[in-house]
Amino acid sequence: MGKAQVLPFGPQHPVLPEPLHLDLVVEDETVVDVLPQIGFIHRGLEKLVETRDIHQYIYVAERICGICAFGHSYGYAETVERLMDVEIPPRAQYLRSIMHELSRIHSHLLWMGLAADAFGFESLFMHCWRLRERILDIFEAVAGGRVILSYTLIGGVTKDIDAPMLQAIKDKLNSIKKEYQEICNAFLKDTSVKNRLVGVGYISPEDAVQYGMVGPFARASNLNNDVRCLGLGAYGDLADFQPILSTDGDCYGRVQVRAEEVLQSISIIEELIDKIPDGDFYVPVKGAPAAGSEACSILEQPRGEVYYYCSGNGTKNLERMRIRTPTTQNIAGMTMALKGCDLADVNMIVLTIDPCISCTER
Amino acid sequence: MSSVSKSPWIIHYDGSSCNGCDIEVLAALTPLYDVERFGIVNTGNPKHADIFLVTGGINERNIDVVREIYDQMVEPKVVVACGVCACTAGIFKDCYNIIGGVDKAIPVDVYAPGCAIRPEAIIDAVVEGIGILEEKSKKLKAEKKGA
Repeated sequence: MGKAQVLPFGPQHPVLPEPLHLDLVVEDETVVDVLPQIGFIHRGLEKLVETRDIHQYIYVAERICGICAFGHSYGYAETVERLMDVEIPPRAQYLRSIMHELSRIHSHLLWMGLAADAFGFESLFMHCWRLRERILDIFEAVAGGRVILSYTLIGGVTKDIDAPMLQAIKDKLNSIKKEYQEICNAFLKDTSVKNRLVGVGYISPEDAVQYGMVGPFARASNLNNDVRCLGLGAYGDLADFQPILSTDGDCYGRVQVRAEEVLQSISIIEELIDKIPDGDFYVPVKGAPAAGSEACSILEQPRGEVYYYCSGNGTKNLERMRIRTPTTQNIAGMTMALKGCDLADVNMIVLTIDPCISCTER
Repeated sequence: MSSVSKSPWIIHYDGSSCNGCDIEVLAALTPLYDVERFGIVNTGNPKHADIFLVTGGINERNIDVVREIYDQMVEPKVVVACGVCACTAGIFKDCYNIIGGVDKAIPVDVYAPGCAIRPEAIIDAVVEGIGILEEKSKKLKAEKKGA
């Protein structure tokens, strides 16, 4: 056994699109301890509620994270609506859920591409991102933007999606399905991919509970914490919702959960499009949240459960806004998975938690 | 610029952006926009890179990292500020932890606004950056001759 050394990992690193710094304590090729350091993207967005009014802040909320942009505007709007006791029309709820599931597909495809890049399968990376562009085409047709959509408003959404457009979305997803299946096969059945994933970074279900892990990272350790099971909003109207779980607990399990969630999201969108009710897509919201009022809401984002808390003070600005994001929860689990792994597997394990540092640091 | 004499390699660093511009930088490299066909490669090593794409504004924590990457790059080098946050700090301007755009830390050659910046705008900015790179390289050569 060699002497322990400290290797810096990040903040600028080829596998990380975002800055995260890890001090890896290694003995020979084995990682014995990990010390994460964060704060490179901290901007102070929660403080900004004091100078932006509730309607303006929705655009800031969206820019907490560019990958889950729609999810954050959705979650923030929902919390403020609860704060002010606003009931939004059912059609708006359906439209939000459809867009939210679409952004889950886009986020998972993006992540699968980055994972393929991390284990050195360059062409698979390109195929994932090629397919992802088709989802971005839908975003662009609906909202006008590719990643930052500005689609949510407090009280509903900015634009309706009409019937021919909904049909077009359905057709597009259908055409993606077959190509996606091929990519899935490469991820889940290819021997060289399996060699990099199976048995790497194991976390037991007990540890998953203890470290408070959320999202696909926890579901791969057979821990069901899918918020969609609660049936909030339009999710309550789904005929059947079964969360996708895996008992593997390793990197392969995490890839499998995300790969299957894309297909699940496609069928959710198809079901919601079939069931979407007619009516308004927006109710104007006037006034300000009452002094001392408090509200919270939870939402299943691509990376896991997000918790929002808002409190009002009688003015147009909120008194306090707080978000607990999934990566904050998962960093503890990641450091545990890293202990005892090979140095060459560090990339893979860091990526399989799908770190979203912008969300974490805000 | 009539023709390009070499394919520039790029390095990308996320200052304090929301990720939107970062994924667009990657989208510019992948099949739909595919700048890799011109030999433009995203490298992780500052010593190999010619063009530095920075997204997001500068804060106290990352100002040293951005300067470090810039210093490690070999002359001639070009810096492209991708997205409105990298240009002026954009929507995050009033945040307590934001110093400003990338030009508060290192000299910027091309400003490419947009929130999030579109891949077309990134390609446009990089093409402009290539012109500046060639000029800088000519100047460097002339200086060497003179010395």
